[in-house]
Amino acid sequence: MHLARVIGTVVATRKDARLVSNKLLVARPMDPHGKAEGNYLVAVDTVDAGVGETVLIVSGSSARMAAGLKDCPVDAAIVGIVDTVDVAAGD
Amino acid sequence: MQLAKVIGDVVMTRKDENLTGVTLLVLQPLAADGSNIGRTLVAVDAVGAGVGETVFFVRGKEASFPFYPTEVPADAGIVGIVDHWDLG
Repeated sequence: MHLARVIGTVVATRKDARLVSNKLLVARPMDPHGKAEGNYLVAVDTVDAGVGETVLIVSGSSARMAAGLKDCPVDAAIVGIVDTVDVAAGD
Repeated sequence: MQLAKVIGDVVMTRKDENLTGVTLLVLQPLAADGSNIGRTLVAVDAVGAGVGETVFFVRGKEASFPFYPTEVPADAGIVGIVDHWDLG
């Protein structure tokens, strides 16, 4: 999984039927220190996250194991809102 | 599987209910010589690892298998704590 910051929302009228009523957010992955890295992602939100929050994103087929996403055509899901990240000194 | 060092942990209150009680750790993947390689990631812990330990982890849906039959939404999971490794 990767840490990411939610930076926006996506609205799509025409989409796969199994994506109807799922909330889509734009997120930027980041390292544990908060530095942005990697490509922007569109992820399905399963925990009511909002813009500006730090979240945990599950990628690949595992994303479909998030609540309510069984058999949905998704490869990135937000499964938690991060309270804190503790990193050992020096790492 | 890949070698990694546990460098931190993540705390979440609001999360998928199948993540309740599951430890989330921050990993730095390691090269064979023990140096850092690649991006850090967050993994679920199935073996009771802690910060500072060297572990190996699986990527993909297999990360949730140690928690079967609970379907933990995870794409990376720690499945072993390394005592030592030797290169031939």
